[in-house]
Amino acid sequence: MKMLYLIVPFAPLLGAIIAGFFGRAIGRVGAHVVTILGVTISFLASLVILQDVMAGNTFNGDLYTWLESGGLSLKIGFLIDQLTVVMMVVVTFVSLMVHIYTIGYMAHDEDNWPAGSLAGTNSYQRFFAYISLFTFSMLMLVMSNNFVQLFFGWEAVGLVSYLLIGFWSNRPTAIYANLKAFLVNRVGDFGFLLGIGLIAAYAGSLDYATVFGMSKELATITESVTGWPLITAICIGLFIGAMGKSAQFPLHVWLPDSMEGPTPISALIHAATMVTAGIFMVARMSPLFELSDTALSFVIVIGAITTLFMALIAIVQTDIKRVVAYSTLSQLGYMTMALGASAYSVAIFHLMTHAFFKAVLFLGAGSVIIAMHHEQDMRKMGGLRKYLPITYATMLIGAIANAGLPPFAGFFSKDSIIMAVQASQIPGATFAYVCALAAVFIGGLYSFRLIFFTFHGKERFREQAHDAHHGHGHHGVHVPHESPKVVTVPLILLSIPAIASGWLIGSFLYGSWFGDAIYISATHAGMAQLQAAFTGVFGMLAHGVVTLPFWLALAGAVTAWFLYIKRPDLPAVIKRKSGVLATILEEKYGFDKFNDWFFAGGARGLGRGLWKAGDQMLIDGVAVNGTARLVGWFSSVVRLIQSGHIYQYAFSMIIGVFVLLTLWLNRA
Amino acid sequence: MSSYLLSLAIWVPIMGALMVFAAGSNKNLARWTALGVALAGFIVTVPLYLGFDMSEAGMQFVEQRAWIPRFNIEYLLGVDGISMLFLLLNSFITIIVVIAGWQVIEDKVAQYLGAFLIMSGLMNGIFSALDAVLFYVFFEASLIPMYIIIGVWGGHNRVYAAFKFFLYTLLGSLLMLIALIYLFLSSGGSFNLLEWHQLRIDMTPQILIFLAFLVAFAVKVPMWPVHTWLPDAHVEAPTGGSVVLAAIMLKLGAYGFLRFSLPIAPDASHYLAPMMIALSLIAVIYIGFVALVQTDMKKLIAYSSISHMGFVTLGFFIFNQIGVEGALVQMISHGFISAAMFLCVGVMYDRMHSRNIADYGGVVNTMPKFAAFFMLFAMANAGLPATSGFVGEFMVILGAIKFNFWVGFAAATTLILGAAYTLWMYKRVIFGEVANSHVAELADINSREFLFLALLAFCVLAMGIYPYPFTEVMHASVDNLLKHVAVSKL
Repeated sequence: MKMLYLIVPFAPLLGAIIAGFFGRAIGRVGAHVVTILGVTISFLASLVILQDVMAGNTFNGDLYTWLESGGLSLKIGFLIDQLTVVMMVVVTFVSLMVHIYTIGYMAHDEDNWPAGSLAGTNSYQRFFAYISLFTFSMLMLVMSNNFVQLFFGWEAVGLVSYLLIGFWSNRPTAIYANLKAFLVNRVGDFGFLLGIGLIAAYAGSLDYATVFGMSKELATITESVTGWPLITAICIGLFIGAMGKSAQFPLHVWLPDSMEGPTPISALIHAATMVTAGIFMVARMSPLFELSDTALSFVIVIGAITTLFMALIAIVQTDIKRVVAYSTLSQLGYMTMALGASAYSVAIFHLMTHAFFKAVLFLGAGSVIIAMHHEQDMRKMGGLRKYLPITYATMLIGAIANAGLPPFAGFFSKDSIIMAVQASQIPGATFAYVCALAAVFIGGLYSFRLIFFTFHGKERFREQAHDAHHGHGHHGVHVPHESPKVVTVPLILLSIPAIASGWLIGSFLYGSWFGDAIYISATHAGMAQLQAAFTGVFGMLAHGVVTLPFWLALAGAVTAWFLYIKRPDLPAVIKRKSGVLATILEEKYGFDKFNDWFFAGGARGLGRGLWKAGDQMLIDGVAVNGTARLVGWFSSVVRLIQSGHIYQYAFSMIIGVFVLLTLWLNRA
Repeated sequence: MSSYLLSLAIWVPIMGALMVFAAGSNKNLARWTALGVALAGFIVTVPLYLGFDMSEAGMQFVEQRAWIPRFNIEYLLGVDGISMLFLLLNSFITIIVVIAGWQVIEDKVAQYLGAFLIMSGLMNGIFSALDAVLFYVFFEASLIPMYIIIGVWGGHNRVYAAFKFFLYTLLGSLLMLIALIYLFLSSGGSFNLLEWHQLRIDMTPQILIFLAFLVAFAVKVPMWPVHTWLPDAHVEAPTGGSVVLAAIMLKLGAYGFLRFSLPIAPDASHYLAPMMIALSLIAVIYIGFVALVQTDMKKLIAYSSISHMGFVTLGFFIFNQIGVEGALVQMISHGFISAAMFLCVGVMYDRMHSRNIADYGGVVNTMPKFAAFFMLFAMANAGLPATSGFVGEFMVILGAIKFNFWVGFAAATTLILGAAYTLWMYKRVIFGEVANSHVAELADINSREFLFLALLAFCVLAMGIYPYPFTEVMHASVDNLLKHVAVSKL
């Protein structure tokens, strides 16, 4: 079995190495065959491990000692339990689908590069190498049994995300977005590292099992320098890391911009897997978070703000990928709320269902974008359902699931989150509950707005013909057509769990699935209440249609229908009437402008100030060159004495003799 | 057998340099000779690692001979877990420098290569000398080849930079000389460092000794605020000079703290530790911001070096094992990464004759292989895990948090700053549209450039993925040092 654990991450790594270093030699087909083979092996091995874990076999063991110093022994190793294996299966499955999809999406990537660019040759192979490398990194992250390897994977997925957002490195927006993503994530990592540092300092170990074993003791300690309760400081530090990676307010700003990357990675990295690393991490750390109500309050409030306020922005976006991106932010907010409500298993459940339906939405959006020849503006689409029937059907499934309507996957997980938040007694839970309900309505609205705007209504792309749009606009209307099978098959395969994965709710949340992998303190009774109230999948369905969230989501969908099908003239009117409000949303609350001005501009200003005033003026100007000038001045004075005139020397000698004589005579 | 190893490490490169000089005007003969000497110089240091006794905290491979008996000055060499790795690093970097200067230096080839070999030998001497006079001679002598390298093969403003470098560092070491003489007198006529470590000294003289050493070593490290010579020196130095300067010379000062300041003046070290920590954090943060706004790539990397060296001094003065070992790891790692970064700039400079970030843009379109290497080193410079750059920073931050949360907090800002200045530069140079016709005509790295970049890439990754063998050899000596420093000498 241990061998199999190794195969899971290292098969994709091997694929990445072959495709990355020998891309030219093996060609395009070679590259996608070898990487897909690697991920397939990894997926199948994960399934075998899943079965093994279901049979009750978990594993916790070390691979090698990375470093030893100062009594701290840092190892690389694997922890395979119920939580890990869910992540492994989700990651490898979505990754496999995305790999296949990429064959179609990146087929003409050479068109995205300027003629003669050497970076453009073999870019296809490079892309496959990157997504396989990502799969490896993500697997190392989730399979880790210690904080060091967790941080390794954490940063490695960040690196690959950086490389992929900026994949089309000739686009100024792409290389702005990837730098921004990396730096904002580093702000999160800053907190993350401090949390890890506190653990190392007080627990003397960075091994999960050891640290969790000491969690009760840690909870009694006060941090000696700051006077903070240690466990709260640790958890908030770790959670700041999660805020960066999982794009929680106010570190969410990088995720919408990350849409500059090719769509397959938006699906894989920026929706299904990497951005959920923060959620996974907090769930993994449940033995620590459970001991700090302050941290849990912080988590639930941040999650609530993210859920509602990001959903609002999604309503005004016109770029199809950005709608999905803001929807992702909102959904991540739901997961975070669940964490704050001590409903870790629910968060992971939503993480899983979301991975499927959001991957469908993103890959579907990508399919639309291919069909529209890289047009992403929904205002130039409309009526596409006739031309893209499979994409339409799968995206509709994704949208219904995203809106949380029964019986699709999103309904079960999102409804469970809302119930858990309602049941939670943590301070801030009421606020979170209100935000969650409001976001349900908005979720219905933006999900169906996306569908109606893109696939229904007037065929607005026909109007583009008059603009003589570059390349293909000269000869009448370009009629979009359905994407090839390598694109549609992954869509279909992903939409199956987008429908059905919610039905696993019974065993997943209320069975004994997670076992010891998740710890819930006896004082946080929310999950226990949910379990008591759970009446099976059908019970939940029957109950679901009489509860508020269902009607809110439905109301959202109907509103979208009214605004975009029934009265398509209304949105413009509303926008005009709402004035400032619309502007605030379109400006995304001004975070980007503020960050650019305050943090980016401020740092540059400070740097320039320190450099000019500190280094150049004070240190070099006054101290260094000043010393040189002082020496120069002094020697110019001294030089005057050395005139070369004998009478001056004689005169000064005489004076000297007199002075000395006087002193000698007066000494008594 | 082992007792000649350190002498070999010192004299093989220096004697070899004479052979290179002898090759004289035949450029290729000089190059191949120099490469042979550099390889031989590296090979003789390998047994130091292989034959190293990790359980031994004291000096190993000791050589002891009378040198100037009248003043009790000895030819006394030895290495411990603190110094041993630096001989290997130094000898390794010498090979890289010889390869890097292959087609680039066409003027006075033999003298150029000879100067580097001599310097390599001298620096091995610094890391292994256990007699204060011997140390001082090596320490001062190493200035001369660097001064010449900058002054002869440097850029337009080389004379100013060479003088600034020389005077700055000379000024510092004069105070050290006074301290050495004081210690000679108070020890009853010994220059043996190990005996000095046992010397009882009162608080006031301890503080004065510490400060005298501080001036000498702080200039070398360099610590804020005596760092301004470094950017100038780097900018004017030829690529090889920058590599040795950053990879090895900066380590001499830091090494001095461990060999002199801490063990000789432990009470003063503790007393002045808050100041040292403050200066280190200023280096990390202040210099990080300054690095952000540099327009010259070499200056940017020079400032980044200062910032990274701030971690080294920080690690020393928090007095815990993970901090000190982290600082040592950071020194070695910085040797690889800074060397690689300067070589990367050199690769571009050789083609474009500009170090200005603004003259570049879109280099990845013409030099994709180079861009990949540069990406790796940039990420290592930003402290990405699985590169060597992460290990030292991580250890020092862990040590700092253990020492005092706020110190760790301040140090951890490097995570953001380091990434910001490194990757912003990378973005402007490598990514984007091809900026101008010069960039459009760039040729990707040749096999010689590939060779030295790949060697360094291997080191950076190996040390990041498996740092255990590096720290393993340090434990006994560092532990011993910390125990020694914990005992008052008053």
